[in-house]
Amino acid sequence: MHKYLPHTDHDLREMLAFLGISDIKELFSSIPKAARFDREYDLPPAMSEIELRRHFQELAKLNDAKIVFSGLGAYDHYDPSVLSALVSRQEFLTSYTPYQPEVAQGTLQYIFEYQSMITALTGMDVSNASMYDGPTAAAEAMFMAEGITKRKRILASKSLFPHVKNVLQTYAHFKGLAIDWLDVVDGATDFSQLKERFTEEHAGLIVQKTNVFGVIEDFAGVADIVHEQGGVLIVYADISALAVLRTPGEDGADIAVGDCQALGIPLAFGGPYLGYMAVKKSHVRKMPGRICGQTFDKNGKRSFVLTLQAREQHIRREKANSNICSNQSLMALYVTIYLSLLGKDGLTRVNELSYQGAHALFDKLLATGKFKKVFDKPFLKEFTIETMIPADLIQKALRDNGFFGAYPLCEIDPDYENLYNFAVTEKRSAEEIDRLVKVLGGLSW
Amino acid sequence: MVNYDKLIFEWSAKGRQGFELPKPVYTAYTLNDLGTHRRKSELLLPEVGELDVLRHYTNLSHKNHGVETGFYPLGSCTMKYNPKINEEMASLPSFNQIHPLQSAGDVQGALKLYHELQGMLSEISGLAEFSLNPFAGSHGELVGLMIMKAYHEKKGDFKRTKVLVPDSAHGTNPASVAVCGMQVIEIASTPKGTVDLEALKAALSDEIAGIMLTNPNTLGIFEPDIMEISRLVHQAGGLLYYDGANLNALLGMARPGDMGFDIMHINLHKTFSTPHGGGGPGSGPVGVVKHLREFLPNPRVKVLDGTYYVEHSKDALGQIGGFFGNFKVYLRAYAYIRTLGKEHLKMVGPLATINANYIKEQLKSDYELPIEGHCMHECVFDGLKDQSTGVKTLDVAKRLLDFGFHAPTIYFPLLFHQSIMIEPTEVESKQTIDTFIQAMRQIAKEAKEQPELVKNAPHSTPISRVDEVYAAKKMILTYKDYLEEQAK
Repeated sequence: MHKYLPHTDHDLREMLAFLGISDIKELFSSIPKAARFDREYDLPPAMSEIELRRHFQELAKLNDAKIVFSGLGAYDHYDPSVLSALVSRQEFLTSYTPYQPEVAQGTLQYIFEYQSMITALTGMDVSNASMYDGPTAAAEAMFMAEGITKRKRILASKSLFPHVKNVLQTYAHFKGLAIDWLDVVDGATDFSQLKERFTEEHAGLIVQKTNVFGVIEDFAGVADIVHEQGGVLIVYADISALAVLRTPGEDGADIAVGDCQALGIPLAFGGPYLGYMAVKKSHVRKMPGRICGQTFDKNGKRSFVLTLQAREQHIRREKANSNICSNQSLMALYVTIYLSLLGKDGLTRVNELSYQGAHALFDKLLATGKFKKVFDKPFLKEFTIETMIPADLIQKALRDNGFFGAYPLCEIDPDYENLYNFAVTEKRSAEEIDRLVKVLGGLSW
Repeated sequence: MVNYDKLIFEWSAKGRQGFELPKPVYTAYTLNDLGTHRRKSELLLPEVGELDVLRHYTNLSHKNHGVETGFYPLGSCTMKYNPKINEEMASLPSFNQIHPLQSAGDVQGALKLYHELQGMLSEISGLAEFSLNPFAGSHGELVGLMIMKAYHEKKGDFKRTKVLVPDSAHGTNPASVAVCGMQVIEIASTPKGTVDLEALKAALSDEIAGIMLTNPNTLGIFEPDIMEISRLVHQAGGLLYYDGANLNALLGMARPGDMGFDIMHINLHKTFSTPHGGGGPGSGPVGVVKHLREFLPNPRVKVLDGTYYVEHSKDALGQIGGFFGNFKVYLRAYAYIRTLGKEHLKMVGPLATINANYIKEQLKSDYELPIEGHCMHECVFDGLKDQSTGVKTLDVAKRLLDFGFHAPTIYFPLLFHQSIMIEPTEVESKQTIDTFIQAMRQIAKEAKEQPELVKNAPHSTPISRVDEVYAAKKMILTYKDYLEEQAK
């Protein structure tokens, strides 16, 4: 029949005879006539493996992977070859959510290790097992703040990534929450009026580090103001950068969220990535998603199991604060393996190399005389720079020379005219940086 | 090494490393320039070598049961084979190295595949258009409900805020309704778990936004009155949402669109063979009828004269995730559909269904069958027929692990106290299924003759039954918590 369909004619005859029917279709007698599908699918015919490979090669040729010099939430970091070797093991890849702990300790233990590493990086107490991606994790954090405070307004900075803002707005609209926005001054959130702006009506404040401009924002004193009003501070942070930057924990956050893509997950046209969420222990019962805890089996052996499930949708039904069930577990395995390999020193080195590359590129662009510094703020691996070179000229030149970069921020917001995003990771060589600068520096208009 | 029991942190030794990075070039720049922005607290990550990491996670993997380990009859989860060729296609560099913000001209292959998969899902489901963006089944539900709400709001009908959900539904359905800012009205089921038409009629009003149905339902029973349900709900001004959890049963036999459903989600990780990944990443594309297309989320993938482009529509309900959803899952689902083709895809529903019926009829002498008659792709028992020795469904499930099978879904649906929900899928041969049936019968026999053997199962797995109360009480959720507990 087919390599995925193992029934032989003999098997089918025996099964039909046992069931006392002569045709499989008799099993579908409960489907009313009007609802039956009685024609062939209008789909292409079956392909052999040889044909399928050829077909995918043709599709693949239509893509043009470039040398990546932009970020905005998706970064071209290095992914060690150990990663793909381990995550493709069928025991991890093909299993279900670990509901039978006796035959799922592999999954449960890596989730425990993942939670340990996420809390270490964020400086928070508890992490869940994963979320879909950064933006939806931010939306879940917003709902969590609502659940904790029973308030219906959120204050958020305009310096969040555009996709984070968009997802927050969608989720807030349907849930019946209102979002107020804090303005940006010199590339960072304007906290000068925070005392007036964050009121008793606000469930929480959402801020981002590093922000849409790549700026490392300073959250000193912010947590105190939010807490004085009984609100919740939510920090959306680049988790890779937290190896070297002040953590949400150090900034007094109640909830830390963000995307883990930068921890070894391929760009892959935007997914699958992985959202993380880590909170203070006092909020654990309001946290959405799976949580794994350590316990013992009957023989006293250290074991791991999904725990605190009374929070979750399959128990609480319409009283649940989130509908999230299984989501991105295998991506949590990527992250766990990546962080095991890199460790503290490796992740610090990754950040230092990215920092050095980004700052070298920034200074070299300024040196061309065609680019201008716009913000007097520190950045890590991603920055915003201004130029009067027309956007389409830049894009054409970069594409023709095999680069993706200089993402025009006016695509996000018309207010950001002439501003461009650059990101540099440890993967970018000095030669690539020099070639990029040469291409951009040589443009005339 | 099933007895392997270390945490990666317990291999750590100061100074050991599992990475090599290029030498720095621009050494004039240093992170110390960041001053007060620098992290001060310690960072508890392991320091281990590359081989340590490989051995550790290989040993952990040995403690997992996967689809390639053995039969995985987890009801409602559709644990079918995840083909190797699909993994190979998903790992092609030119799909893995493209950035989601690259211009459409650079990513025509990705956009073409996305667009073609949308079209194939439309044909298979009988709906006009799909967005692949939702990340999972539950996310698809939420997005589908957003479409339902947006539709009524656009008509200026703001009082339709209630959604009907059968009491047999999975808990995610009512949770999704609540997260979408609407209220759940639970409607009673018939003893067969199907929708009670009288209860439905009584619940319909001008406040009803729509109904969420899983069909076949969570008992593996097709809603015989679906056409009438559809007529009634539409007549009352509501929309029908199809929860695609059980779509596998219908491949080749019926399409939700033809039953009158307006919105649905599909679980690519169930029906279209993409791996479950120990709990994701899955994918939950949402499809709609023609007049709801305008509400589909952004970004959208469109084609004009053979050129694919990305659209951000003002009419859309908004953006529901960072970029284009779990893109690599689409590569796998697409490869699966192309591999089976029109001629084999239509066999999926019938073969999954005969497998389930065969199991049901073979086991009903030993296990309580609450609903007689044909089932669809899965069957539900209400525990052992003879429960006199006190052996419960949980015990049966645990004992099955000793036979090298994964346990079925248990204690769901909630309609019965001792539910055992078995979904074999079409990929299992009669030989495999016969072995499973034999094991189930053996367990029924043991339950009578050696009940303690079953009650204390499993006996041959990496660990025995766990103390769930300890986990919930102690809340040891990280390695740091663990060290603190040890220090006490």
